Amino acid sequence: MSTEDVVLLDCWVSPFCMRVKIALEEKGIQYEERAEDLFGGKSELLLTSNPIYTKVPVLLHKGKPVCESSIIVGYVDETWASPPLLPSSPYARAQAKFQADYIDKKLYDAGSSIWRTKGEAQEVAVKDFIEVLKQLEKFLGDKDFFGGDSFGFVDIITIGITSWFSAYEKFGNFKVEDHAPKLSAWINRCMQRKTVAKVIPDPEKVYEFVINLKKMMGFE
Amino acid sequence: MADEVVLLDYWASMFGMRARVALAEKGVKYEYREEDLRNKIKSQLLLQMNPVHKKIPVLIHNGKPVSESLIIVQYIDEVWRDKAPLLPSEPYQKAHSRFWADFIDKKLYDACSKIWSTKGEEREAAKKDFIEILKQLEGQLGDKPYFEGEKFGFLDIALITFYCWFHAFETCGNFSIEAECPKLIAWAKRCMQRESVSRSLADEKKVYELVLGVQKMLGVE
Repeated sequence: MSTEDVVLLDCWVSPFCMRVKIALEEKGIQYEERAEDLFGGKSELLLTSNPIYTKVPVLLHKGKPVCESSIIVGYVDETWASPPLLPSSPYARAQAKFQADYIDKKLYDAGSSIWRTKGEAQEVAVKDFIEVLKQLEKFLGDKDFFGGDSFGFVDIITIGITSWFSAYEKFGNFKVEDHAPKLSAWINRCMQRKTVAKVIPDPEKVYEFVINLKKMMGFE
Repeated sequence: MADEVVLLDYWASMFGMRARVALAEKGVKYEYREEDLRNKIKSQLLLQMNPVHKKIPVLIHNGKPVSESLIIVQYIDEVWRDKAPLLPSEPYQKAHSRFWADFIDKKLYDACSKIWSTKGEEREAAKKDFIEILKQLEGQLGDKPYFEGEKFGFLDIALITFYCWFHAFETCGNFSIEAECPKLIAWAKRCMQRESVSRSLADEKKVYELVLGVQKMLGVE
């Protein structure tokens, strides 16, 4: 299979794109990364492949687009069977999807609020974010990974956004480890995986990106 | 051992109805338990079974809870897989159905809530958004009998449960959905011919009465 078969419309700093890349790496699938310049103007291909949201990531498999990162990861898991990312039992699958849905609904927005606010509003944002982290720790429990002994779907859905944690910590003046030590340990555990280490960007670079983003958006 | 299936639900919830339709399609016997959401009372069981969101619907299968309506429908499809498959089997088709069901969840509920919970300019804007979303969905339907082709399935279930609220939206908003989206209404009527749908959806007049009651409470008319 040539890399032309699998193309990813991507942005290096997007935690949603990181999900897809990790999934493809876990499956050993060769793919072509096409970087979208989200500030310079979206490509024709992005606009035509994802007309509803015009957002990355978009996976193009033999030219056919799949959009929305959690749905793309599900598609990758079903198209290339090995190793399985979702568990096999319907109940465990429903649990995994529930946790992924919670992360989709809460984690990114809670984190964004930290660097988009100041003063009291920012303190509230930090508090809310920590609440979300504590819920994630409840999901994780004493397991090595969210699904149990093996790295899987929920880990893939969650690990990308952790590259933004250092930025949140600096802006919000707090440390994730102080409030969610089990989650911190889980982050380190995931970063030991080749597939994850290959995809996750340097948190320092993410922090610089967020500083520039803040300037551009007028959130000084 | 016989399966024990309980559904924590609220009669007017289009999300709860999705679970009802799916269970009916599969011929699964279950116990329906109504949560008194109108009076904002949540049962101990609901709080225990869905501590994260404290929302209905919750499917409790042999004591184990599943929450979030689209996740529940997929779970039902996987457990009772011998009858009436709801999701397409081919991965690309499956992803397509999931994308549009997710679109409905992200866009439709907020747009329609604003039709009856606001007035004046805000209401007019909400009507516009709502019709635009329905037109996008109508575009996906095309000339097919159901969203996924010849067979009633997941995406039909995701959307059809909003149909019993259309009468309330039309009356509050003073517009005709059929005039704007005739193909979609034809599809809805087709779905309503299925017993699983007609028996699961709430009575549209009762839904309208509910909306009137809530509008009074909110001070909107």
